[in-house]
Amino acid sequence: MTVVSVYFFWAKVWWYPPAINDLGKEIDSQFVRTFLITGIVFVAAQLGLAYAIFKFRDRGQKATYFEGNNTMEIVWTLATIVLFVGLGLYARNAWAEVHFMGASPGALQIEVTGQQFVWNFRYAGPDGKFGREKPELVSASTGNPVGLDPTDPASKDDIVSPTIAVPAGREVELIIRSQDVTHSFFVRELRLKQDAVPGMEIHMHFTANDPGDYEIVCSQLCGLGHYRMHSILTVMSETDFEKWMKDQEAANQ
Amino acid sequence: MVTHENGGGHGQHQPPSGFIRKYIFSVDHKVIGIQYLCLALFSVFLGMGLSALMRLHLAWPTTHWFFFTGGLMTPEQYLALVTMHGTIMIFMVLTTAPQSGFGNYFLPIQIGAADMAFPVINMMSFWTTFVSLMVMVAAFFVAGGAPIGGWTSYPPLSALGEITGPGQGAGETLWIVGLAIFCAASLMGALNFITTLIDLRAKGMTLGRLPLTCWTWLVTAILGLLAFGVLLAACILLLLDRIAGTSFFIPGGLVITDQVITWHKGGSPLLWQHLFWFFGHPEVYIAILPGMGVASHLLSTFSRKPVFGYRAMVGAVCGIGFLGFCVWGHHMFVSGMSPYSAFAFSILTMTIGVPSAIKTFNWLGTIWGGKIQFNCAMLFALGFVSLFVSGGLSGLFLAQPSLDLYLHDTYFVIAHFHLIMGVAAIFGMFAGMYFWFPKMFGRFLNEGIGKVHFWITFIGVYCIFMPMHFLGLAGHPRRYFDASAVTFLQKLQPVHVFITYAAFITIAVQFLFLFNVIWSLFAGKEAKEENPWHATTLEWSIPSPPPHDNFGGLEPIVYHGPYEFSVPGAADDFIPQHLAPNLVRKA
Repeated sequence: MTVVSVYFFWAKVWWYPPAINDLGKEIDSQFVRTFLITGIVFVAAQLGLAYAIFKFRDRGQKATYFEGNNTMEIVWTLATIVLFVGLGLYARNAWAEVHFMGASPGALQIEVTGQQFVWNFRYAGPDGKFGREKPELVSASTGNPVGLDPTDPASKDDIVSPTIAVPAGREVELIIRSQDVTHSFFVRELRLKQDAVPGMEIHMHFTANDPGDYEIVCSQLCGLGHYRMHSILTVMSETDFEKWMKDQEAANQ
Repeated sequence: MVTHENGGGHGQHQPPSGFIRKYIFSVDHKVIGIQYLCLALFSVFLGMGLSALMRLHLAWPTTHWFFFTGGLMTPEQYLALVTMHGTIMIFMVLTTAPQSGFGNYFLPIQIGAADMAFPVINMMSFWTTFVSLMVMVAAFFVAGGAPIGGWTSYPPLSALGEITGPGQGAGETLWIVGLAIFCAASLMGALNFITTLIDLRAKGMTLGRLPLTCWTWLVTAILGLLAFGVLLAACILLLLDRIAGTSFFIPGGLVITDQVITWHKGGSPLLWQHLFWFFGHPEVYIAILPGMGVASHLLSTFSRKPVFGYRAMVGAVCGIGFLGFCVWGHHMFVSGMSPYSAFAFSILTMTIGVPSAIKTFNWLGTIWGGKIQFNCAMLFALGFVSLFVSGGLSGLFLAQPSLDLYLHDTYFVIAHFHLIMGVAAIFGMFAGMYFWFPKMFGRFLNEGIGKVHFWITFIGVYCIFMPMHFLGLAGHPRRYFDASAVTFLQKLQPVHVFITYAAFITIAVQFLFLFNVIWSLFAGKEAKEENPWHATTLEWSIPSPPPHDNFGGLEPIVYHGPYEFSVPGAADDFIPQHLAPNLVRKA
């Protein structure tokens, strides 16, 4: 009877898309490990339950009397500790890679700003420096969504774009922030998600390998337009990226 | 009726004669228990109705329906449904029914007490909960409607008022006030439960003879006492941020739709998340632990076998309760919290799988070698175990921060917590309802209707929540009004349609349950025997329904453990706890 439930796991029609970075592949292999372990436990537990229900149904027999078994308790306690905690420790590497280690010094820095209900991406421009921003200068309607301060020379060449382009094979460091409420930056193919928290600047880094367009969505409830807070990450070759950057700079003049 | 020896009891009490004192402002724990169950029953149908509207919209987002203004749901209406469905289900159903409902009714009887320790506080805690429900529901009817911030109500979205969206004005204020009132009610309830269980146990009812239901009610009450105080504080701080201009949760320099917020600075949005989840994670166990107690109780009773590993079960319940306070950070892996503490939270969270696994093994051990009787109560208890396993295992994915990076805030999470704290907990309540209904009302629920109810619900909930795992794996974020804005979500639409059909069928069957309850109250088979299930605990030693002071002014004496089934050498396959050793019939 409970066997019914077991069937549901075998269809694999809707699955995660292939990863485009090494970290993503590492996460996927940890996912597969976890999936195998939980899958086996799931099938064993449900079938065990079904078997016991079938075997010991009331056929007029007398129930056997026993109150427990300490050896078995100790064995399965230890077994689950080893299995679950081991799995947890095993997962450390992928986590450490994103979060314990910072980006290398040569990484391309891009500032990501979330606001109801758009993403904005800022590149430092040719001078390699982010200019000053002031909250009171923020004005999405007049084309200054992040509040660049024109009196700061470093902000003159800053490029602000509603989509993000990154060169393939080069490390990118994101500086994630929010102007108003909490948002969350999520790219499926990078296996990365990070809340954008007002008042905080959160750093994340990745190296994307495969050129293409990937969707960015918001995954932290941010208000009534949450579902349409959406942008595109374009991974392009180094030469295409330089050309894209030039076009942006030209448009910025 | 079994006559209880008088272990130094007090005189017999008569119930109050006036209608209001007897049924409305009653101090009798049994009446209050039923009041809580009625409140939960109303809330569960309300919450289910809200989810039905959400499912309708998610499956057919462009179809016009006459009951929406303009024919279509708006994003703010959808998010209001999300918020209120979660809030009502978690607080008014999962927190009240298993603990305050069944616990109120049966904890005093199972330990041999005449009432709770503080009957008046008990009454107050019900009526405070009632006020809290009214305040929350009122949020639907104020300008701007119900809040859209989700049941987690993260600031600054929840702290800045109407400027952040419709429903964030008066609706959100009512929501916070309602929740704060609920916290106060729950604190009173928790205090009462703990005191009752410690002080009012009958002679011979040692801790080692407590039914597992009582153990879980005790641990749940302790969790409630420690968790709701924190939520109450958090609610008050959030309220101050909104109405008194403080900045506990609001940092400086915010710009909302080009308007600079100058009057707030220095607060931290993460502070709310820490406070909220310090409450929020134990809350999961507040919802599920009583279900575990009922499942253990029924698996033993209807397998005619003692609980396998009683001590290990008690240890696991306490372990879950303790660890429940050490893992709140796993809700915040992507929040910007320190990655080192995230890793520590992750390992602690994996550890909580251990007592959960112990319980599952012990449940299997309990039915192993038994003589399993398939009545509705037992079916729901077995269904509970199946759902607990399914919902628990997906937790192993979410507990690992590297996997959570992908799965966080997707439908995978929705599937996980609905299976384990939603549906599994509700199966525990259904099991309790079918089991205790004859004791509470003197009539049985109809078993035939009950079996139809069980099978369709059991298969139905798997059909609803299993596919949600795949939506999550495909990266579908939660709380999305409309999936059409994102390309990769569009091909998932057939899954939404399937889930909606499954949900509608499952919801329809719940009306069958409602019908069963109402019909059986008046025309169900009468429970003539005191102990129709041949169970062992004290509630089965008194008439159905029990008299006003439970034991007729006497104090029962307990001689046996709670689960003495099929004891070798005894003639019957059960030995009630109150049966003096010399009265046990020999085989």
